[in-house]
Order: sequence, then C-alpha cells, then structure tokens
Amino acid sequence: MCSTCGCSQPAGAVKIHKVNLNELHVAADHTAHHHGFGTAHTHEHHNEHHHHHSGEKTVIQLEQDILGKNNLLAERNRGYFEAKHIAAFNLVSSPGSGKTALLERTLGDLKDQMPFFVIEGDQQTNNDAERIAATGAPVVQINTGKGCHLDAEMIRQATKELNPVDHAVVFIENVGNLVCPALFDLGESARVVIISVTEGDDKPLKYPDMFHSSQLCIINKIDLLPYVPFDVEKVKANARKVSHITEFIELSAYTGQGMQQWYEWLQKQQQHTDH
Amino acid sequence: MHELSIVQSIVEIAEEQVRQAGARQVDSIELDIGQLAGIEWSSLDFAWEAAVRHTVLQNADRLVRRVPGKAKCLECQKEFNIGALYDACPHCQAHFHQILSGQELRVCALTVS
Ligand SMILES: Nc1nc2c(ncn2[C@@H]2O[C@H](COP(=O)(O)OP(=O)(O)O)[C@@H](O)[C@H]2O)c(=O)[nH]1
Ligand SMILES: [Mg+2]
Ligand SMILES: [Zn+2]
Repeated sequence: MCSTCGCSQPAGAVKIHKVNLNELHVAADHTAHHHGFGTAHTHEHHNEHHHHHSGEKTVIQLEQDILGKNNLLAERNRGYFEAKHIAAFNLVSSPGSGKTALLERTLGDLKDQMPFFVIEGDQQTNNDAERIAATGAPVVQINTGKGCHLDAEMIRQATKELNPVDHAVVFIENVGNLVCPALFDLGESARVVIISVTEGDDKPLKYPDMFHSSQLCIINKIDLLPYVPFDVEKVKANARKVSHITEFIELSAYTGQGMQQWYEWLQKQQQHTDH
Repeated sequence: MHELSIVQSIVEIAEEQVRQAGARQVDSIELDIGQLAGIEWSSLDFAWEAAVRHTVLQNADRLVRRVPGKAKCLECQKEFNIGALYDACPHCQAHFHQILSGQELRVCALTVS
C-alpha cells in the first residue's frame, strides 16, 4: 500500500513490456509504481521538516487544470513524435469492434510501405500484443490492471521501450471502452474511433465525448450489413450532431472491403508529418 | 471508471500544495466541474470515497461548482445553453457549434492547515 495515495500497489500496478514473437512468455516486466494517471510521485516529502504551525489556516487560490499534468505529458509525447516525423494514432472503441483485426490486416498489407510500431493497451492480457507480434511488427504491451484507459505517462514509458524509428507509424490500441479514454490526450496525431455494424447506430449519441474528440470514424464489419439492422447514414448523422469535423470510412477488416480508403487516409496523415 | 484517475490527480495537486505550504491537511477544496466534462457525478462521489482515504484530503470539505454548458452556434452565431454535446441550436436547429464553457475540470482553491 502506498501511504501517499492509498492505492493498493500490486493490484493497481501498471505493467509495460515488450512482447517478442520468439520469447512471448519470457519478456521482462518493467513494473513501474504507477498511479493510473502517470504520476511517478516522489515520497521524499515524508522526511521533510514541516514549518507550519498547527491550527493556522491558509487559503490557496489555484485555478489548476485537473488534467493539466496529463495534458503536459501528452504535449511532450506529441513533440517527440513530431520531431521524429512519426504519425501516431489512438484507436478507441468498445470491446470487440475490431481494433486488433484492423491493425492485423493493415500491418500485413502495408508492411513494406510503412514502418509500423504498436502499443497495445489491455487491462490484463497480452492476447492482442501476441496477435500483433505475429505480424512481425514491434509491439509493447501496457497492462493497466484496474485502469480503464491509457494515459500520457504510460505512452511515454511504452514509447521509450518501443523506440520507434523516424517516419514510423505508431498505432496505439486503447483499452476497449468508449467513455474513459475520451478525456486522456496521449499526444497522438489523430484519434480514430471504431464502431462496428453489430452495435447500435445511436452510439455517437450515447458516447458523445468520444465521437466529439475523434478526427476519423471507422465503421467496421460492413460484410455483416445484410444481416443486421444498422443504418450507416443514421450513424453518420448522429456522429455529425456531436462533431462536425469527423471523417468516415466504411470497411471490413475481415473481407478487406474498403481498406484502400483507410490506407489512403493513413498515407495522407503520414505526409502531414513532414510539414 | 476514469473518475478515479480524476480524483487521484486532485489528490496529487492537493498533496503538492500542502507540501509547499508546509501544512498538514486540506480543510476544504473548491472544484469547478463542467456539465460537459464527461464526469458522472455518482462515479465521482464513489471514487472520492475510495481515493481520498489516508491522504491530505481525507477530512476535506468538497465544494463542487457545476459549470453549465454554453455554446455558440456556427450557423446563426447565437449563444445558447447546451446540456449535451449533441444538442441542436434552439434558434436554427443546426448542430454546428463551438463549446464556450462546460468542459472545465479545475481545482479552484484550497484551504490548508
Ligand atoms: N465479420 C467480421 N468480423 C470482424 C471484423 N473485424 C473484426 N471482426 C471480429 O470481431 C471480433 C473482435 O475483433 P477484435 O479485433 O478482437 O476487436 P477489438 O476488441 O476492438 O480489438 C473478432 O472475433 C474478429 O474476428 C469484420 O470486419 N467483419
Ligand atoms: Mg483488441
Ligand atoms: Zn443557430
């Protein structure tokens, strides 16, 4: 138990480690004492002499942004990515919408055209990182434990571990959740929200923050459209109510239909990193 | 539940201020939380209970100002009160708006002793 914040450390600890194809289960754990919000706080102040006389009250006017620390770290990540001409994408969706499937196909199809590096976020397992490692792309797993989203400090540590080359495309698969990741800037170049046609077309209205903060909306599993009551135009109209800047791409990570449009979007984004 | 991260960040900010002031604890804390900030009030209460235990905020009074949502319509340029991000402009029914307030997540003030 950490006496400063009261977190129960092993249960809440974040683990970040590289997942290699050949040594899938022996990768070293670099376990950081992490407070879910990227806080590596020091404990040195426990030893400091306190000069304050008890009973004396002081009012401190602060006006401090609660997300300020995360936003600052996110901007540092963004600066690092920009300096290295890296395009970094934060992929967010409900569990099962097809984030990993989309990455698997993309990494397979474009591996000779773009240097891919992947950060996988998951509460407990390495399953997705193993699927990515099987494509040959370097991948770092972040296990958030009880944490329901990635934050900028986790990305800072994972990026160090990943060590992407200049002009890389870095994919960050966030924890499957349409609520919590919305508030946490990671320093990405763009946020991509994925919804599959087996979900409700009112999702943008139910999770407005996520759709509001994303630049691209991918509508996945369109191979299943004949079998489900999903109205593509309605989901777009709903998303436009929440954000007027979102672009849409309809595709199937399973059959490959529509993937070309996604690849063109990626290439366009990658070209932006040279400006 | 990202409200837990939010409360942990508040705890961190409070610990830092208490340390700088050479104080022991926080007696009261004032927060600005916007109606459009993506915070679930019941989750925040729940997270607060769990996360302030054994910290400088353990006995602090919490005063939360819920900042109402305001937006400016990009079609008719009028300002209006907005309860959710998908609300239409009440004047022209357009959905093209810019949020002016309601997304605040701020620690405004602390009383320490
Ligand atoms: N029919 C169909 N199934 C898909 C498609 N994309 C993903 N899936 C399936 O949906 C399930 C969840 O996909 P996954 O990539 O693990 O989702 P994630 O949780 O968002 O990473 C898996 O069984 C996939 O095979 C698609 O385009 N069409
Ligand atoms: Mg996945
Ligand atoms: Zn209007």
